[in-house]
Amino acid sequence: MAETACTLQRLRRTSAHLAGGAETREAGRGVRLGASRVTPMIRARSLSKDFGEKHVLEALDLDVPRGGFVLVTGPNGAGKTTLLRLLAGLTVPTGGELDVAVGRALIGFLAHESLVYRELTAIENLDLYGRLYRVPERRERIGMLLERFGLWRVRNERAGSFSRGMLQRLSLCRAFLHEPDLLLLDEPFNALDGAGVDLLERELVALRPRATFVVATHDPARLEPLASARLALA
Amino acid sequence: MSLRSSPAVATTALAAALLVAAVALIFFFAPEDADQGISQKIFYIHVPVALTAYACFGWGAWKAFLHLWRRPPTADLQSYVAIHQGVIFGALTLVTGSIWARASWGHWWVWSSRQLVLFLVLFLFYAAYFMLRFSVEPGPARANLSAVYAIFGVALIPVSFMAIRLAEDFVHPVVFKRDGPDMTGSMFLTFCIACAGVLALAAAFYHVELAGKRLDARVRELRALLQ
Amino acid sequence: MSAYAADVLTLARKDLRLELRARDTVPAMVLFVIAALVVFHFALPGASGDLAAYGLLWVALIFTALLGLVRGFAAEREQGLLDALVLAPVDRSTIWLAKALAMLAFLVVAELVALPAFAVFFSSVSAETVAGIALADVGICTVGTLLSAMAAASRTRELLLPLLFLPLAIPIVVGGVGASVVGEPGRYLGFLAVYDAIFAIISWASFEYVVTE
Repeated sequence: MAETACTLQRLRRTSAHLAGGAETREAGRGVRLGASRVTPMIRARSLSKDFGEKHVLEALDLDVPRGGFVLVTGPNGAGKTTLLRLLAGLTVPTGGELDVAVGRALIGFLAHESLVYRELTAIENLDLYGRLYRVPERRERIGMLLERFGLWRVRNERAGSFSRGMLQRLSLCRAFLHEPDLLLLDEPFNALDGAGVDLLERELVALRPRATFVVATHDPARLEPLASARLALA
Repeated sequence: MSLRSSPAVATTALAAALLVAAVALIFFFAPEDADQGISQKIFYIHVPVALTAYACFGWGAWKAFLHLWRRPPTADLQSYVAIHQGVIFGALTLVTGSIWARASWGHWWVWSSRQLVLFLVLFLFYAAYFMLRFSVEPGPARANLSAVYAIFGVALIPVSFMAIRLAEDFVHPVVFKRDGPDMTGSMFLTFCIACAGVLALAAAFYHVELAGKRLDARVRELRALLQ
Repeated sequence: MSAYAADVLTLARKDLRLELRARDTVPAMVLFVIAALVVFHFALPGASGDLAAYGLLWVALIFTALLGLVRGFAAEREQGLLDALVLAPVDRSTIWLAKALAMLAFLVVAELVALPAFAVFFSSVSAETVAGIALADVGICTVGTLLSAMAAASRTRELLLPLLFLPLAIPIVVGGVGASVVGEPGRYLGFLAVYDAIFAIISWASFEYVVTE
């Protein structure tokens, strides 16, 4: 058995910069600022992620240009969510290199969990995130988003009283709130009813030219027209 | 990196040599204490063991700090092993201290012994370190949490010591004074050799355990590749 | 106002608002501390005197604080909300500071009930004791909040937090009880201040690493 095969490549990782700056996220530590002119939005080389004994991602190479739209498909447990969390910076790779050109302030993340406080109202939740993300003209933007996603009527009701579909819409509002350059969406159509699906499709089409997307989905056919690339995880 | 070439062998040999020398000195060279007799010899084990435990905790905290700062891939494991050794030697400190207390004053435990009380507090703290480590999935999160906790530990040492001193005012008005031995030359030499020996022993355990863990990791990697 | 302070305020307001809506932690803490004091009445032999009672007051406060701290990051971890806060472009230590300030508020509310109760059940509370409690609260909340985040990351959260917290609480108890019972409390209050300074700085600096990978 080759010695080299046994050794996992452990490279150096950066401490994350706050807003705007280019981040290099690799296993290990070391600061590297990339030039953000023509560099791709996302660049991964030999990216792998283990959870203990389980190898969830292995030697993944990925290039996503600015303005790209990547559909990530694969069965349950294939690593779609893990990949999105790696891209968001919530977790670090076990091996390989990962470069994401934008900082936290410009990343919008939609997770499986709704990431909203049950005891706060819709508008309070969005106000909280609006302040943390320093959204300009916060109130107007929140109002506009709530209206677009059909939640204006229930804006003063606690998120805990929402149905799953409404929670999903609120989460989408949260993800889009700060007009991010990079949108990482984990199964965005989950729990949405017919009207919600139409709403979301319209939003994605409208936002398509203004952002880069990485979308994990079980239903790629719907987003096929928007996609610039497909990534199938085994 | 085979077991043969690692520092484990070198330190084990050194520890063995020093400890043999120390035992010889303790029993044949160092003078017997007029008051406490042969039980005073425990001092030559108890204090070096205590100092070694501190050294292990300090080394563990240093590796923890390195892990958070520079992220060398081995730092977390080294920190863990160092603290593991610290707890072992800490437990030994408590045991030898208790024996010495029993021999000197007839009690298995004396709250007036600052050293002992401090070690009790630290033992509780670092035992919780292991509970923390065992209840989190292995990974970067666990390494970070362990490192932060290890750094808290090392800050706790002087703070606890201050606290214990302050507490004496209202906890125990009667203090058993252990007259610190005014060490003669021969006692001092014995003490130093004993210290060096115990430190070398800790270092030996440290390297052996590290080598063992690395071997484990290698085996697991191979097994994973074979599947 | 600096961005840092604004973020702390935003997050602290969120924590306070959540407790105001849910109303589970503070009432539990208040009830617990009263119940503990009643238990202590039965636990103290008749001739124990005031000094023993002071010691038990501090025990009651530590465990009441623990009750609140266990709940500290429960919501965030249960609903995955810590991810959302960690993703935000804020200094991660603001999360810690805001939560610690909220915890401090809860603890003070519990103490506003506990101290009069103690005065009625046992003996009056001196100014030095109150000063000691104030300083101790700072230490408890700063260290406790960080440890609460640590425990929340583990499988055994409620079990782990007391184990992590109690050794670190020993100096606080020493400082507090000393300030209550000893004739010249200055040294003890000074010690509490030193404890607060050391561990607040360490907590502030290391919180980032507790919530990120």
